[in-house]
Amino acid sequence: MSGVGVIADHESHPLFLPLVFVGGAVFGVGLAVSQMARPEIVLEFLQFRDFGLVFVMGGASAVAGVTFWALSRSGRSAPLTGKRFGRRLKSMDRDVIVGGGIFGVGWGLSGICPGAAYASLGIGNAVILYGVAGMFLGAYLQGYLREARSDAESPASAD
Amino acid sequence: MNEALPLIETLFPRGIAQYLIGGILIGLGTVIIYVGTGIHAGASTFLESTLSYGSKLRHFQQPKFVASRDWRVVFTLGIVAGAAGYSLATGEFGWTTEVQPWRLFVGGALVGVGTRLGKGCTSGHGVCGVGSGSRTSIVNVAIFVLVAVGVAQLVMALGVTP
Repeated sequence: MSGVGVIADHESHPLFLPLVFVGGAVFGVGLAVSQMARPEIVLEFLQFRDFGLVFVMGGASAVAGVTFWALSRSGRSAPLTGKRFGRRLKSMDRDVIVGGGIFGVGWGLSGICPGAAYASLGIGNAVILYGVAGMFLGAYLQGYLREARSDAESPASAD
Repeated sequence: MNEALPLIETLFPRGIAQYLIGGILIGLGTVIIYVGTGIHAGASTFLESTLSYGSKLRHFQQPKFVASRDWRVVFTLGIVAGAAGYSLATGEFGWTTEVQPWRLFVGGALVGVGTRLGKGCTSGHGVCGVGSGSRTSIVNVAIFVLVAVGVAQLVMALGVTP
């Protein structure tokens, strides 16, 4: 199935998908090296038995943050897409709070988050498919309920 | 100096090298995509953008999901391949979690709802958002870490293992 007419321009650059794959692969190696692909390690962090994960998120956000900061200040645009370099800023609302809370319950119960779950599949942990299936189900339910809610609020809205 | 060592061993029984190196690599993967494309790649939008292939719901057919779904599949395949390559090289491939399937499934479902409602996950908010100094992301991360600590402690106290 091809996205009818809504394929973004940037995807036409021949190096776009290869670069995304390489970036994803390095990201995946990092998740495997850091042991975050193992739910046990995440749970031990949350249970205060091994604080190592502080260095995972700290190291990753520092490397990303310095790059975002420097390139955003440069005022330039990305070579493959023409997209202007910027920071990742999202608006604050009640959903950010409620969503964070629900995410936290799930993370604390299972020790898995999306990126780490994909990497966990990569290290051969087939049981993680229960978690990935759960994530898709949760994402679907959330989309279904939001659509139902917006329909109820404004039946004529085409969104 | 010598008195500090037992404390470090208590806090970090496995050392810190693999955590720090792994974290830097996660950041590097994010940077590779950002430098070429200007995109802050988070891992969780993949869930919704991939659902757009099969679901007719208007929520999933939004342009932001449909336009990004192909590269998000490639990004996720990259994550799987990178982790697979590393674990095959080190001989760790085939490691299997002992966390019970029901915990993975129920926890995963809550993660799926929470990350999409809250506009990001551990990589979107935790790496890209915190790295951007975004107040929204810092608040989101603080909430999910605190809640997760509480839940994981409660689960442990209730004797649910693994």
